[in-house]
Amino acid sequence: MTQTQWRGASAIVNTHKIARFGALYAAEYRMRNMLKWWQAILAFGIGNPLIYLTSIGIGVGTLIDHHTHGAGPDGVKYLTFLAPALLATSALQGTMDEVTFPVVHGFDWRKVFFAMHAAGLTGKQIAQGVILSAVTRTVFTVSVYWGILWLFSAFDSARALWLIPIQIYFGACFGAVLMAVSSYMKEDDGWFAIIGRFVIAPMFLFSGTFYSLSTLPLSVRWVGWISPLWHATEVGRYFAYHHPISSLMLAVHVAYMTLLGLAGLYVANRKFALRLAA
Amino acid sequence: MIVAKGLTKTYGDFTAVAGIDFSVARGEAFGLLGPNGAGKSTTMRMITATLLRSGGDLSILGKDPDKAGPEIRAHLGVVPQADNLDTELKVHENLYIYGRYFGLSRKYLANKIEELLAFAQLEDKRNAKVDQLSGGMKRRLTIARALVNEPEVLLLDEPTTGLDPQARHVLWDRLFRLKEQGVTLVITTHYMDEAEQLCDRLIVMDQGKIMAEGSPASLIQNYSSPEVVEVRFGSDRNAGVATKISHIGDRMDVLPDRILIYAQDGEVALSEIIALGQHPLTSLVRRSSLEDVFLRLTGRTLVD
Repeated sequence: MTQTQWRGASAIVNTHKIARFGALYAAEYRMRNMLKWWQAILAFGIGNPLIYLTSIGIGVGTLIDHHTHGAGPDGVKYLTFLAPALLATSALQGTMDEVTFPVVHGFDWRKVFFAMHAAGLTGKQIAQGVILSAVTRTVFTVSVYWGILWLFSAFDSARALWLIPIQIYFGACFGAVLMAVSSYMKEDDGWFAIIGRFVIAPMFLFSGTFYSLSTLPLSVRWVGWISPLWHATEVGRYFAYHHPISSLMLAVHVAYMTLLGLAGLYVANRKFALRLAA
Repeated sequence: MIVAKGLTKTYGDFTAVAGIDFSVARGEAFGLLGPNGAGKSTTMRMITATLLRSGGDLSILGKDPDKAGPEIRAHLGVVPQADNLDTELKVHENLYIYGRYFGLSRKYLANKIEELLAFAQLEDKRNAKVDQLSGGMKRRLTIARALVNEPEVLLLDEPTTGLDPQARHVLWDRLFRLKEQGVTLVITTHYMDEAEQLCDRLIVMDQGKIMAEGSPASLIQNYSSPEVVEVRFGSDRNAGVATKISHIGDRMDVLPDRILIYAQDGEVALSEIIALGQHPLTSLVRRSSLEDVFLRLTGRTLVD
């Protein structure tokens, strides 16, 4: 410490800059940490769609298309019907990975959020940084997935490009909710496994992913109605191939996801701040 | 730099810090000495503006932490009790990313990281993962990290707890250098030798209250005698012998394993004991320490 004169923090640190860009600094940390796992992210990002498309999209799809003469659910070929749901799933899943364990890592396992907080970032900025970095990953995942779907000829028109920003947005909304849930976890306690099995898996199966929700009996159809995946899939199908849907329902889907996202952010912002100052 | 008046922290019915007053001046090395559970760390978290107080007044760098927490924190350096380094990042990345939290530029950080690695004697570990470091190295890295913004005050919570003696001395040396540079230090510790080595002035805390305040030398002068004789007669005999030699010295404390006799001259006191026909199994004459001050103030030892 003899090389340079000690000038003191007031000469070096710009607190206005921290107040303004703190969330980006928190996101930069998360991104750096995330990049340590780039092989896994890449493998999931590419491997997952390839496996699903080959097995369900082509395998099951060929069977369905054979019996329906290419006019499956919604009157389109099965892969076209399935693609928006798969894309929505990948967006939700990718965001989920970056807002669940990283939050427990930050609060509990390594307590890195406490270090960030001690350095002057607020709980709100840290929460925003976490969701920002999660969305960044989702941009990558969704774009790659979309590209692979396009290569498999899942889309008929350029209008399907809208699916990329839309699913990234829905991914962020869903991520905010899971971030809020994660901020309450003291340690993992197997909760994520429970959420995976009893929330995510049923959501995947009962959200009209593989068939239209209307084919389900009313007694289980409500699972789809509350499922973020169903809302994301419906909007996705509308943009992918003009899935018949009223303007009102379109607005309901977007409003539902937006409300979830805002509620998630509100709760997470508060809980982050409370936990860091307790 | 820091002024606390009636500073209080309660958790429900439990009072962790019970209305304490103290102040820390620029360039001072200030210590909070006390056993585990005395309220040191709670006090520390309040003066690092990371824990809201329940009552009293607190000013840090001239600001109220309730209103300007983030601004205050941006000008402090904090070394928490447990290292919260990111184990998935390399040593130099930990320094870099911490600097980024303060919005420091990449250019500034490139130079600063080299300085800090040299300061922490971790130059050859720059690309190591944090998990590969020893406890002492991790601690030095945490301290180096806290210096990245050239803090106005460096606050260290139990900086050497859990380290071996050699690692402690290396760390003290580093902290001493900072002190020489005029960096204001606030240190909590339950090691009296650490407090004596590093602190210009300290408060002795117990059960959320301040028991005494002053420089290590003045505390010893006010609350103890210059020398202490430690004699051991065996745990079953100590109490019995104590009654026979109680008139020797200024004061006496009988502990389960030994008797402490506070005296102006330890050698004279020891010869008086032997002159009474009491021959201890072991005896030690030493300078009085903060441990003795604490024992005098609370009737308990620092490390139970």
